[in-house]
Amino acid sequence: MIAQLTRAEREFALLVLTLLASCGLVMAAGANDDLFALHGGLVLAFAVGLGFLVLSGLHTPEPGDSRLAEYYDDPSRAGIVLTMGWAVFGLAVGDWVAWMLAYPGLTFDAAWASFGRIRPMHTTGVIFGFGGNALIATSFHVVQRTCRTRLAGQFSPWFVLLGYNLFCLLAVSGYPLGVTQSKEYAEPEWYVDLWLCVVWVTYLVLYIRTLARRREPHIYVANWYYLAFIIVVAMLHIVNNIAMPVAWNHSRAYSAFAGVQDAMTQWWYGHNAVAFFLTAGFLGMMYYYLPVRAGRPIFSYRMSIISFWGITFLYMWAGSHHLHYTALPHWVQTLGMTFSLILLVPSWGSAANALLTLNGAWDRVRDDATLRFMMVAALFYGLTTFEGSFMAIRAVNSLSHYTDWTVGHVHAGALGWVALISFGALYSLTPALWGRARMHSSWAVEAHFWLALAGTLIYVFSMWNSGVIQGLMWRTYDAGGTLAYSFIDTVVAMHPYYVARAIGGALFLVGAAIGAWNVWMTIRGPLAATQRAGDDRPLTVLAGE
Amino acid sequence: MPETGHALTVLLAKGFGLFYLLALSVGVLIYTFWPGNGKRFDHAAKSVLRGEDRP
Amino acid sequence: MFGLHYRLEKHGMALVLGIILVASIGGLVEIAPLFTIDETVEDAPDMRLYTPLELAGRNIYIREGCYACHSQMIRTLRDEVERYGPYSLAVESKYDHPMQWGSKRTGPDLARIGGKYSDEWQVAHLIDPRAVVPQSIMPSYRFLVTTALRTDDLGLHLKALSRVGVPYTDEMVVNATADAIAQAGTDGSDGLTSRYGTATQARPFDGNPGQVTEMDALVAYLQILGRLTDAAHANRQPPEE
Repeated sequence: MIAQLTRAEREFALLVLTLLASCGLVMAAGANDDLFALHGGLVLAFAVGLGFLVLSGLHTPEPGDSRLAEYYDDPSRAGIVLTMGWAVFGLAVGDWVAWMLAYPGLTFDAAWASFGRIRPMHTTGVIFGFGGNALIATSFHVVQRTCRTRLAGQFSPWFVLLGYNLFCLLAVSGYPLGVTQSKEYAEPEWYVDLWLCVVWVTYLVLYIRTLARRREPHIYVANWYYLAFIIVVAMLHIVNNIAMPVAWNHSRAYSAFAGVQDAMTQWWYGHNAVAFFLTAGFLGMMYYYLPVRAGRPIFSYRMSIISFWGITFLYMWAGSHHLHYTALPHWVQTLGMTFSLILLVPSWGSAANALLTLNGAWDRVRDDATLRFMMVAALFYGLTTFEGSFMAIRAVNSLSHYTDWTVGHVHAGALGWVALISFGALYSLTPALWGRARMHSSWAVEAHFWLALAGTLIYVFSMWNSGVIQGLMWRTYDAGGTLAYSFIDTVVAMHPYYVARAIGGALFLVGAAIGAWNVWMTIRGPLAATQRAGDDRPLTVLAGE
Repeated sequence: MPETGHALTVLLAKGFGLFYLLALSVGVLIYTFWPGNGKRFDHAAKSVLRGEDRP
Repeated sequence: MFGLHYRLEKHGMALVLGIILVASIGGLVEIAPLFTIDETVEDAPDMRLYTPLELAGRNIYIREGCYACHSQMIRTLRDEVERYGPYSLAVESKYDHPMQWGSKRTGPDLARIGGKYSDEWQVAHLIDPRAVVPQSIMPSYRFLVTTALRTDDLGLHLKALSRVGVPYTDEMVVNATADAIAQAGTDGSDGLTSRYGTATQARPFDGNPGQVTEMDALVAYLQILGRLTDAAHANRQPPEE
């Protein structure tokens, strides 16, 4: 990792780490509250640890200019390992909280282990830890291949990857201690948000600079999706997190927005985090790895462009469907519902595009579990977007909102679409990046596939059941015209479904653990017999420039 | 703020939004189906397969 | 070569710009009009502010992630109004930075929980939910009884809130710590009621006048939920369905 950096890059890395360590030190020493101090210490330890790593390699020989003839894949490799680590962590915490809802004793009476504190560890762990790392690692790989050029710089990719993981670490360590601003999927406090801003702007600049170096006249559509993911997430993150800290050295801040404006801003963020983090980015992944794995060009390139602008435009209007029948003005609710319904068109356009690409290669889908991961992901994407548009209808939402139906919907998307497309991409990418002929165990990929599919189906079906049942119980009247069920009656009715859900989650977790083991064994395994060096290089080199 | 402030803002916002939606749809469709772009799209769609970047 | 490079560069930047323009419009149209606040939010002249103790309790509510299972937003549906009380109005959360409307009801809505149960019930329930409601799946929060509340920085909290538009006066900021201690004690405080209104409830919420605990703060907050204004009770419009 260090040996590939030039002397100047190593020194610059040391400079940045020194700055970061100083920030950590100031935070720790000048803190107004213990949690801020603790996070200062964490930043300090992170920077010092990495500093030692750089120092230990400071005097190793510099890489030659021949490196410029290769793609720069070290950050992607590290990103894949981090992705699998976060996947196992985030899913394990998720399954723990799932069991907790069935058996509340599983908090072990510890303050830090209550459902409210652990749940954001799960959501952040899987969305930002697992999903975010997968996106960063694959985006670095895809942008280089599709642009036939090397990443612009060697320092900034590492800054983005490791800086992003520091963000995840600060976020996830904060929740059990009680650092949260309570905005769903944007829980980290102001100083963690600021750090993510720095990292994210670097990411954007790196991506744009790499695109500008491309040797292809046209920017391949996967990059459009990745770029939209980076830009819009920056917009959402900055606006939704505007806040006034209690003091510069205090971990708590107050959102600039209140009440109904805050609700609209929060769900504009929340829904579009789904749109641009969990959809656009992963569509970028799909538009590269699916055609490459299937060996067939995307069915309709035109459709992918129309879907792109459709999704980019329409999603932004849909957030208010999270606030039906609330104190949000009626016209905003109606607008949100209308656009949510129109949104189905580009969503199904993308799903159909993926499936039609595979049309004619079904024998390979049957034989290749990796391709099957991606095929089923596209199916779940189609199903989930249909369900989402359906649930955005006000009358349906009056039943589904506040119930487990929403949780089931989210997981149909998160497990069925996001996780499966990521695993499919990682199983194509891992052997390629480490120069292995194939994954260590194709049997393990197969097992992972069936465990993941079974787990997702059990999860989603149990949540559909519990959601609809609870929603109906809440609104059931007896013959005398009074509400038939007390709230606790409806909680009791949920128990069997909560157990089933936790079992589904456990299956999915076991699958991911097998996947992590398989990735690790592949990395440790032997090189492929025939290294096709030269086939996988920037075009500048192949053309002899 | 005058009595109609909110209503007026809403009307303007929605009117502008509708115009934007229509203009954007037309623009995207023209770009996508512009005859000259067809060859470029075909080239791009096939370009990812040349990389031999798979096991 | 420069020409080619420039052209390529232009495509990239056009794409970036296009994405920004296309993606920003939806949010602008839906959010900007909401800030013509006078007409989005009903007027409620009787609306009072959170006292420093209630604010501290609210921060505990946030810290513990209560919003993950409890909403504070009664929708305009008949069954919700009958189960929880008058549906929520926008004005009721106009000082909530950020709002706690929530998105999931693993437990019941809390928008009008204030005054519904006694302090003793709330404390016993928070210490061991299953001792009060045997089938409950809520976690226990017994540590709140023994954890002293941090009150010395409450002035900073009020100051920060006043900067984002909550009308806390300088006098309230200066007296924040004293007011919090007074509200959780038995002595009462003329200063507290003169600043926050005569309806302010001051008593040892956790039943122990000796120490201001996090339990005091959280119960004080729960007991004020839905009672900052009477606007929702005065509202005569029937629920939608």
